[in-house]
Amino acid sequence: MRDVRIVTQPFVPGALTDEFAKAHPGLGGVCTFVGEVRGEDGVEALELIQYPAMTRKGMEELADTALERFALMGLLIVHRVGVMGPGEPIVCVSAAAHHRRAAIDAVDFTMDYLKSASWLWKREKRSDGWHWIEPRAQDHSDLARWATKKL
Amino acid sequence: MAVKLVFLGKLADLAGSDDRAIAAPLDWAGLLSALEPALAQAAQDDTTKIALNGALLTDKAALEAHDGDEIALLPPVSGG
Repeated sequence: MRDVRIVTQPFVPGALTDEFAKAHPGLGGVCTFVGEVRGEDGVEALELIQYPAMTRKGMEELADTALERFALMGLLIVHRVGVMGPGEPIVCVSAAAHHRRAAIDAVDFTMDYLKSASWLWKREKRSDGWHWIEPRAQDHSDLARWATKKL
Repeated sequence: MAVKLVFLGKLADLAGSDDRAIAAPLDWAGLLSALEPALAQAAQDDTTKIALNGALLTDKAALEAHDGDEIALLPPVSGG
């Protein structure tokens, strides 16, 4: 099952991953990653901007690629957009599979692509105002580990 | 008869708004001449991608937009 959601309000990852796991009876393992807004460097708020014509479609294509590449029963991607504060969940990826390796690798793969190749633009609010965030070199080297076509 | 231009990320700051309407039809030269110099320069930058109705253009110069089309100027993504 492919479940891709872009949400504009705070979400509770545990509620979504419980529901996702229950939707896959007979699974051997579930791997979940939850990313939250870091409360460091004086960051007061973070804003993620999507482009509705492309962002969701890109994430659905990414989910399809992960489902093809790994032996999964299902993949859940939940991504928050809009303005959020430190400690709030931004992203939740959960993979269900018969065997653990597929679930763990699929989450790692999906997160690397979400972090570096999804159609999202980010800015941070610090005491002196809003600042756009440029791509990090680390994100691109993380992506290179998978040595696959760019989505 | 208009084309909708959408500015993402820092290009929205540069444009002073998230979107605007400009006269259709519109090709690449027409787009560049309709934009302020700083935006036109950003649009030509290799790191700026152009999408027509949600599909990336592999060749920006081949842009052909008609009434009702949506052109997006996409600066480098910063990731989720």
